[in-house]
Amino acid sequence: MAQDRNGAAPDHHAHHDDRADDAPLAIAMRGVVKRFGTVVANDGIDLPVRKGEIHALLGENGAGKSTLMNILFGLYHPDEGEIAVDGRPAGFKGPRDAVTAGLGMVHQHFMLIPRFTVAENVILGSEGSGVALDRPAAERRVGELAERYGLRVDPRARLGDLPVGVQQRVEILRALYQGSRTLILDEPTALLTPQEVDELYAILRRLRAAGDTVIFITHKLREVAAISDRVTVIRRGRTVGTRITAETTAAELAELMVGREVVLRVERPPAHVGDPVLVAQGLTVAGGHGQPALADLSLTVNRGEILGVCGVEGNGQAELVETLAGLRRPDAGRVLLKGQDVTAADPHDRRRAGLSYIPEDRHNRGLVLDFSLAENVLLGNADDAPFSRAGRIDARFARSLTRRLMQTFDVRAPSPETPARSLSGGNQQKLIIARELHREPDALLAIQPTRGLDVGAIEFVHRQLVRERDQGRGVLLISFDLDEILDLSDRILVLYQGRIVGEFLSGKVSRTELGLRMGGRSEDGQGREREGARTSAGAAA
Amino acid sequence: MDDFFTISLLVATLRTATPLIFAALGGLLSERSGVVNIGLEGLMLVGAFMAATGAHYAGDPFVGLAIGVGAATLAAVIHAVWCITLRGDQVVAGTAINLLGLSIPAFLTQRLFDTAGRTPTIDRLPTIGRGLNVLVPVAFLLVPIVWYLLFRTKPGLRVMAAGEDPRATESVGINVARYRYACVLASGALAGLGGAVLSIGDLSFYTSNMTQGRGFIALAAVIFGNWSPLGTLAATLLFGGAQAIQIQAQTTGLPISTDVLIALPYVLTLIAITGLFRNSLPPAGLGRHPTTG
Repeated sequence: MAQDRNGAAPDHHAHHDDRADDAPLAIAMRGVVKRFGTVVANDGIDLPVRKGEIHALLGENGAGKSTLMNILFGLYHPDEGEIAVDGRPAGFKGPRDAVTAGLGMVHQHFMLIPRFTVAENVILGSEGSGVALDRPAAERRVGELAERYGLRVDPRARLGDLPVGVQQRVEILRALYQGSRTLILDEPTALLTPQEVDELYAILRRLRAAGDTVIFITHKLREVAAISDRVTVIRRGRTVGTRITAETTAAELAELMVGREVVLRVERPPAHVGDPVLVAQGLTVAGGHGQPALADLSLTVNRGEILGVCGVEGNGQAELVETLAGLRRPDAGRVLLKGQDVTAADPHDRRRAGLSYIPEDRHNRGLVLDFSLAENVLLGNADDAPFSRAGRIDARFARSLTRRLMQTFDVRAPSPETPARSLSGGNQQKLIIARELHREPDALLAIQPTRGLDVGAIEFVHRQLVRERDQGRGVLLISFDLDEILDLSDRILVLYQGRIVGEFLSGKVSRTELGLRMGGRSEDGQGREREGARTSAGAAA
Repeated sequence: MDDFFTISLLVATLRTATPLIFAALGGLLSERSGVVNIGLEGLMLVGAFMAATGAHYAGDPFVGLAIGVGAATLAAVIHAVWCITLRGDQVVAGTAINLLGLSIPAFLTQRLFDTAGRTPTIDRLPTIGRGLNVLVPVAFLLVPIVWYLLFRTKPGLRVMAAGEDPRATESVGINVARYRYACVLASGALAGLGGAVLSIGDLSFYTSNMTQGRGFIALAAVIFGNWSPLGTLAATLLFGGAQAIQIQAQTTGLPISTDVLIALPYVLTLIAITGLFRNSLPPAGLGRHPTTG
């Protein structure tokens, strides 16, 4: 409960302390094993978290981070291993026990109720004794707690009206209200703008200063360096090492995480920009709540360049890519492919005209999971020779092509007959990319092409995109990951509320500037935007 | 329009709205907790039939009332187990309850009374004047009580949380299933009350399918009233009023076709259901389970 949070221990500044090795452990997980049927999700994980430190838990998707945290939080029961919280053995039967022991979880997808107020969300489950609900008193308590930790938020505001960053603050506030002294944050930056990330970091540092402990789950090396005191790396369900952040390097961490040396940033020679290949003119698409999803949006993708569109999720990315791919008719505006108006053409016709599409959701849009790899390669191609002749599908050709593609694109699977469902996310994505690229398209649409992939697979996908660019194709890359945009793009557009609110040449813009634009603000008015607009006009001419 | 007409219209509205209020408050609680309850009609029928049957055997309408409410609550247990524990389809479960509500009385009247869907005549519940039975004020009193429970108490907050996002609610250690059970059982009891009003309050016997769709109208009132107790009350009064006008018009002979008038409450219901009222917002977690959420 909030009331017993006054005794913040000032003697736990482990991160400044030379005797850090002696610091008591807030969380000690030893030899944790968790099996699901034949799958071993955690295969002997050690996680020593000291009191008062920010401890990063780094690992690829599927490495076992979430399983481990669910065990710590009492949602799963480990098959083997020991867990101690504040030196006492902990066998939590459920989240309730974990909360009682002083753990608090900030979920990646917030466990909050949009229609409730901030105060209602915070007190839910810890309303205090009695049957009657005293809202004003609850709002006062929540307001006071927020103030003490410098978490600016109005307890009476309706949660759904607040920006994502503030909603996350409410999750943190709730954990504090429940009396948590150890906060677990699961991929907390996924939905935030860079500025919101900075604010989150500031909050976490304040918590650390107050003696609280933070476990920060991430797969991004940049975040480990930015915020953590120590880092534990796990790979394939095993702890591969715990390091003091200041004494390690991104390269070492990447290698620990992947198990081999990784190129963190794909080599990108200067672009040879050619003619426009994919052009959108004045696209307008209606959205919900009377707000347009796209408002008079124009962009030009040229041959030989990667045009990156950055922005926070939900600012029109889905509508933009669907309109370009032909899955959605715009209310106004045109789409031109190689100079021809394809606004009325369906996705299939656009594919034939030279457009390839790597969708964001590989399970629903990219693949039919219960089809074999060869059948998935046939998708969208089945009408054309040499895949079919006179309406008869050449299955043998599909299989042999799939086998070749599997080799070229490093899709690891037993055979072309294997169902797509049984592949890992990275291999599924490689299969989609193989299918889309073997057509040698003129323009390539890629939205979140590396979502949920591990560092190794990301490297592969990035290489492919740059290779396509160098072969003279126009690549439109839409991503919510600003680093991905910065690493790959030759030109960058910022999408905000269905509009392009900034256009920049790569290397000529700071993360801060892009972050501000993504949040709907600007640093210095219009100066640079004009420069960008000129670039675009020149390219389109 | 003379005073007599106005007053009798008002009285008729109160009478016709009463069963709707009970059933709608039940539906409101169930849906606010996140469980779709299209079985209100069946629950009302079970309540109506068992109240009349109970009153017949006990010789006391209040004993009959208790039996009717108990039976409808028991029927709601089926809905709760199917929807909450077994995670079955909530619409299918509701449909099954509706079929039960039609068939069980038909079967039992045959066995017990050797009639096709009618119980013997029994003593009605006492009235408080103008032919209104004692349950009429109870229904109206329940509206502020349900409002208070939902919006001013701790269990109310948890019920609404379960209805909005069952997963988030579980994540703070609240047993969603427990609150949903309580609400679904309460919806059974309330719908049973609504049914009993018809058979042992307004009439003095049960007759086959005597609810005539009132369970569905009550459900429409919940939607119409935007899942709020006061809004739902207003909607039940509107539907009740429409029905009262129809009855009055038939007896006084207004120059409108009775078919049109009889259809009026149902047409209103249709309008409500087709979502003509766009600003009505159902609980976000309606029909969702904690883990699939």
